[in-house]
Amino acid sequence: MDLTLSDEQRLLRESVDRFVAETFTADHRKKTANDPLGYSPDIWKQFAELGWLALPIAEAHGGLGGGAIEIGLLMEAFGRGLVSEPFLSTVVIGAALVAECGTEAQQQAILPRIAEGALTLAFAHSERAARFDLAHVDTTATKTANGWRLSGSKIAVLDGAAVSQLIVSARIANANGASGKLGLFLVPGGTAGLTLRDYARLGGGRGCNLDLRDVQLPADALLGDGGDALPAIETVVDRAMAALGAEAVGIMQTLLDTTLEYTKIRKQFGRPLSANQVIRHRLADVAMQVDEARSMALRAALMANAEPVARSRAASGAKAKIGKCARFVAEQAVQLHGAMGVTEELDIGAYFKRLLAFDTLFGGSAHHYRRHAALSGRVHA
Amino acid sequence: MDLTFSAEERAFEREVRDYISETLTPEMKRATALTPSVFSDPDIGMAWQRALHSKGWGAPGWPVEHGGPDWTPAQRWIFEAECARAGVPNVNVMGVKMVGPVIIGFGSPEQQNFYLPRILSGEDYWCQGYSEPGSGSDLSSLKTRAVRDGDDYIINGTKIWTTHAHHANRMFALVRTSDGERQQDGISFILIDMKTPGITTRPILTIGGDHEVNQVFFDDVRVPVANRVGEEGKGWTYGKYLLEFERGSGIASAKLREALKTITDLAGSEVTGRAIEDPDIAMRMSEVEVDIDALEMTELRVLSALQTGQNPGAVSSLIKLRVSEIRQAVTRLGVDVIGQDGLAVEPARPFYRLNHEPAIPEELLPVVPEYLNGRAYTIFGGSSEIQRDIIAKMVLGL
Repeated sequence: MDLTLSDEQRLLRESVDRFVAETFTADHRKKTANDPLGYSPDIWKQFAELGWLALPIAEAHGGLGGGAIEIGLLMEAFGRGLVSEPFLSTVVIGAALVAECGTEAQQQAILPRIAEGALTLAFAHSERAARFDLAHVDTTATKTANGWRLSGSKIAVLDGAAVSQLIVSARIANANGASGKLGLFLVPGGTAGLTLRDYARLGGGRGCNLDLRDVQLPADALLGDGGDALPAIETVVDRAMAALGAEAVGIMQTLLDTTLEYTKIRKQFGRPLSANQVIRHRLADVAMQVDEARSMALRAALMANAEPVARSRAASGAKAKIGKCARFVAEQAVQLHGAMGVTEELDIGAYFKRLLAFDTLFGGSAHHYRRHAALSGRVHA
Repeated sequence: MDLTFSAEERAFEREVRDYISETLTPEMKRATALTPSVFSDPDIGMAWQRALHSKGWGAPGWPVEHGGPDWTPAQRWIFEAECARAGVPNVNVMGVKMVGPVIIGFGSPEQQNFYLPRILSGEDYWCQGYSEPGSGSDLSSLKTRAVRDGDDYIINGTKIWTTHAHHANRMFALVRTSDGERQQDGISFILIDMKTPGITTRPILTIGGDHEVNQVFFDDVRVPVANRVGEEGKGWTYGKYLLEFERGSGIASAKLREALKTITDLAGSEVTGRAIEDPDIAMRMSEVEVDIDALEMTELRVLSALQTGQNPGAVSSLIKLRVSEIRQAVTRLGVDVIGQDGLAVEPARPFYRLNHEPAIPEELLPVVPEYLNGRAYTIFGGSSEIQRDIIAKMVLGL
């Protein structure tokens, strides 16, 4: 039982904290707000040089073999700086899906290129009709003479238009035409039949919805050798939720720190806002929820390699609880900044929106409390 | 980072589990499950204290020279968790966990030699004389006065919310020995024999129907000056030291988890018509369980800091606040789970020794009283409002 950081982890935290504080300033955010790419390739190169893109990748594939704790340290700092680089899409989700599902040859071909910053990935999985059910995929993949043909629609593809390749989930039709296992397919951006509707994402970065109309892919576009990809998707999404939880903690901590400062400086009725007990108690509640969120994010990271039910319970518990805390902290931060909190003149709104995006990604609190209850044998999902 | 315990700690866990299963009788377990007040009655609680003492485990937090077992923070965690899991009696904390540490920290060698062994063995049963009718959250405004008369103090005044005063043979009390500039000055920490002439006790029933607290009156009560702990007028410092223990003492998540499990088991059984099939109940159970997970992790973060010799900081207020709120959420869930059987009021006590067949199944009896009595969790030991004041000041620096 030891929850203290190792020396290496401490160094990692110091370096990412420093980098984020120096690089991701309010000015930087203003400059990149309308950037069609949503992130800076120069900064991505620096991420690679710092070893962050290699962090969770196995050493055999050019990585550093780090785990969920290290990812959490990076993500928390990224939250403080509202970083919009496609780290979650490419490293936390993309590289992990390749590592979980890909053949040895595919891993050798893809993972070292991610580590060196030469390849970015996005995960196209969610569909409108699925709500947050990871198993619900209507997009189909049909075997053709030369490979595969994919058709369907995806929503909420983070960084979809900004990356070099998409990982698209599709249900593989059986020989008799009935739908079967889930497969994951590598689809290079710009492939014929792919239509992207790119948008500026709530809270920073880009996202897109996309249609696949008879997209033709080579046989080796399928990750792995035909096993059902659902367990891997669940594993990777659970870990992504732990990582997102850490990012949310960084955002919430920033909102708390900023709001605390503001209530000390802002004077009304001849005294600082923070002299009022109603404000002090509100801030105590905010601090408490930030701390609870911190505990839950850490817990989900520590359980990232547990057996599936324990891992999923921890991930859903964290997602639900942190989501609930995040909404409270975000709304109170705006409230305590008064009218200024509702304007684009302060940074508060940007942090608020990133937390709102966090809460809805992969399902909100209600969905994850239900999933937790189902995994606990209490109800059927 | 690592959530698992070492092989030695696992072995210790087995030792604790084995000892509990050998020692905890079915009667103690049933009595504990059927007790809707905070602490077990002394016949049950002290029987367990004696069992722990005979193993050398009577006071986990005490230094070894006074009879503590010299456990690491991890061992204390394991011990508390195993006790919670097994459903051991809730021993009144006033002795081992409250007055004990004050006597160890500030008492004279004579006081230590006399009182500490009697706390460990359960020979003495303590109550706490802090609150007064006019001094609740504003504790240091207390008015019970001790006037020096030769080698004695003569005490007049009244204390209230005195848990188990009707069972206790000793009380530790904060009394006013002088009037200082600040109301915190001039308070002294005194040990009182409850059999001293002039002490009377009035029972106060809580809304759950339990007699756990009392009002105690002092009418020219003569107490030797030798019974004062530490310096005259410094009692507030000692009293606050003890309140920190009260707030941060022990590990609450394991107990809360067991309380939730009890409610979950009831919800899954025919005795509640399988309340768990209500999706709203099932979801709220998950919500409370996740809150307990967060609390447990916070407690483990504190434990880890203690293990490595770091100061965990002012988190005890934060933990006290969450523990009390979660405890109330569990009991509220309990009331919803048992549904209309909650209408039946059973006034007789204790539930584990009724002379008649109760109107509802026995295991349902404590559920509503626990909820009702449990409203006190956010009030005693510094109300939630006081805890928020402390967090604002100590954690946020406001």
